Amino acid sequence: MQRYSGFGLVKHAFGHHENWERQWRNPEPKKQYDVIIVGGGGHGLATAYYLAKEFGVKNVAVVEKGWLGGGNTARNTTIVRSNYLWDEAARLYNHSLDLWKGLSQDLNYNVMFSQRGVLNLGHTLQDMRDIQRRVNANRLNGVDSEVVTPQQIKEIEPEIDISNRARYPIMGASWQKSAGVARHDAVAWGFARGADAHGVDLLQNTEVTGFKIRDGKVLGVHTNRGDIEAHTVGCVAAGNSGVLAEMAGIKLPLESHPLQALVSEPLKPILNTVTMSNHVHGYVSQSDKGDLVIGAGIDGYLGYGQRGSYPTIEHTLQAIVEMFPMFSRVRMNRQWGGIVDTCPDACPILSKTKVKGLYFNCGWGTGGFKATPGSGHVFAASLAKGEMHPIAAPFSIDRFHTGALIDEHGAAGVAH
Amino acid sequence: MFYIYCPYCKEHREEEEFHPRGQAHLLRPEDPENTSDEEWGDYLFFRDNPRGIHHEMWVHSVGCRKFFNITRNTVTYEILETYPMGEQPTITAETERVRKEQGVQAADGGWQTVGARPENKALNEETSS
Ligand SMILES: Cc1cc2nc3c(=O)[nH]c(=O)nc-3n(C[C@H](O)[C@H](O)[C@H](O)COP(=O)(O)OP(=O)(O)OC[C@H]3O[C@@H](n4cnc5c(N)ncnc54)[C@H](O)[C@@H]3O)c2cc1C
Ligand SMILES: [Zn+2]
Repeated sequence: MQRYSGFGLVKHAFGHHENWERQWRNPEPKKQYDVIIVGGGGHGLATAYYLAKEFGVKNVAVVEKGWLGGGNTARNTTIVRSNYLWDEAARLYNHSLDLWKGLSQDLNYNVMFSQRGVLNLGHTLQDMRDIQRRVNANRLNGVDSEVVTPQQIKEIEPEIDISNRARYPIMGASWQKSAGVARHDAVAWGFARGADAHGVDLLQNTEVTGFKIRDGKVLGVHTNRGDIEAHTVGCVAAGNSGVLAEMAGIKLPLESHPLQALVSEPLKPILNTVTMSNHVHGYVSQSDKGDLVIGAGIDGYLGYGQRGSYPTIEHTLQAIVEMFPMFSRVRMNRQWGGIVDTCPDACPILSKTKVKGLYFNCGWGTGGFKATPGSGHVFAASLAKGEMHPIAAPFSIDRFHTGALIDEHGAAGVAH
Repeated sequence: MFYIYCPYCKEHREEEEFHPRGQAHLLRPEDPENTSDEEWGDYLFFRDNPRGIHHEMWVHSVGCRKFFNITRNTVTYEILETYPMGEQPTITAETERVRKEQGVQAADGGWQTVGARPENKALNEETSS
């Protein structure tokens, strides 16, 4: 692998940047691997990277039906935070946040992780009570949350409307200073390049169409490019997880919904942080290019169409203008949708299944980007050892029959 | 944007007036005391999530406020029929498969949708409002 550096940039400038090495190979599928990862989004690529780099499993393939990172990884609004309520979730997202901090160095790839903080606004007495409870729980778990007043919010984000003229005046917020945003494409590409350098085969345009299962054990996958064998298969397919599970005769408690986002025309720097509100139902930040990055809730019906409905866009923009009236005349540039796999308790599933050797990592719904490195790391550990990593263990699919749910609806409402 | 036929109001109305409420035809276990954890979990949390034909409950929340069912394709978003509570769908994944095998071209409805039951002429007619 060609390492990137400032010196390299200067050197390649003399060659008019025409001699950069390709970031990863485009290999033919082998007949057999030790581990197959289905799904080349951020989570799948991270899993492969850590498998090869940290857990010594180098004979790995990532099987992706489209191009790398073309699913929700490339469609999300890139918010990274860890202010979840319950201990299990806080551990998982904190583990991820710790990895984010050193990720650019580790991957030798600038993922543009920017810890610019996240505000979660409260507009009612009940909102404020929930915020206080969550902040207290966060602090016990070592998450740097605090409750801030409207005046403090105004200092952090001067253009926000904290007046009483608003329909839902802002009463306060929780503030996680170590939260922020990262560049989603760079995360996928960085993990892909790193995995490839450690010998992982990235098989693009390769769709899994079925599983080879005998005597309750997985033996490999069927794809449009032929059968590939492996005794360990990890599915990391976000909105299509349920479709894959069905091929293996497994039912998952997931529902796939469109989730939309939109970006505005580029503006001069105007926002310092990420502002989200469950109550008026929208959130906004500003990318380094200058566009406002805007999102809200899912479209309420099931859908695999990777597009959303207009009423949802309208509601989203109403919420943004409610928080930032000065944006009322900003023009929107692009709008798109991803298919998110929502789970009944708003927490992911990292689990073995009744088919031996077949694992699922899914159910991240509207909020899995922030977990990309952590999810990949603990899932890789689980696949390598054949036992779920302690951080992943509470997220077993069994919880929907034992009742040990981890209810994060409060921390994951409109906040992704 | 969906244009949905409410089987009670007998009119096509815009999506904004309705709310989706998830999978249709779910039955609460009849004998809760003797229902296993497995069965309770399945009833509470496990839903159909198909790429294709799906039967779902909607409510005409700012109209007549009644619940009814829709058969819809989750990929093309085409609405194939709407029918009142207590009735069964006439179009299912199975009937669609047969239709395809027999070479009948299913309408690619995209966003615009019809909605009323194909065999019921009265429902298919637009009512002026
Ligand atoms: C609009 C939007 C905004 C979001 N905002 C945020 C946010 O601000 N913060 C946050 O933390 N999260 C956010 N999310 C959620 C986040 O994007 C996802 O949870 C996360 O990216 C999931 O990553 P993944 O790698 O599991 O899935 P994906 O990136 O979707 O990758 C899954 C891959 O599996 C492939 N696949 C599917 N079926 C098959 C098959 N049969 N064979 C081979 N390959 C297959 C797909 O092609 C896809 O590339 C948002 C999501 C959306 C849609
Ligand atoms: Zn009605």
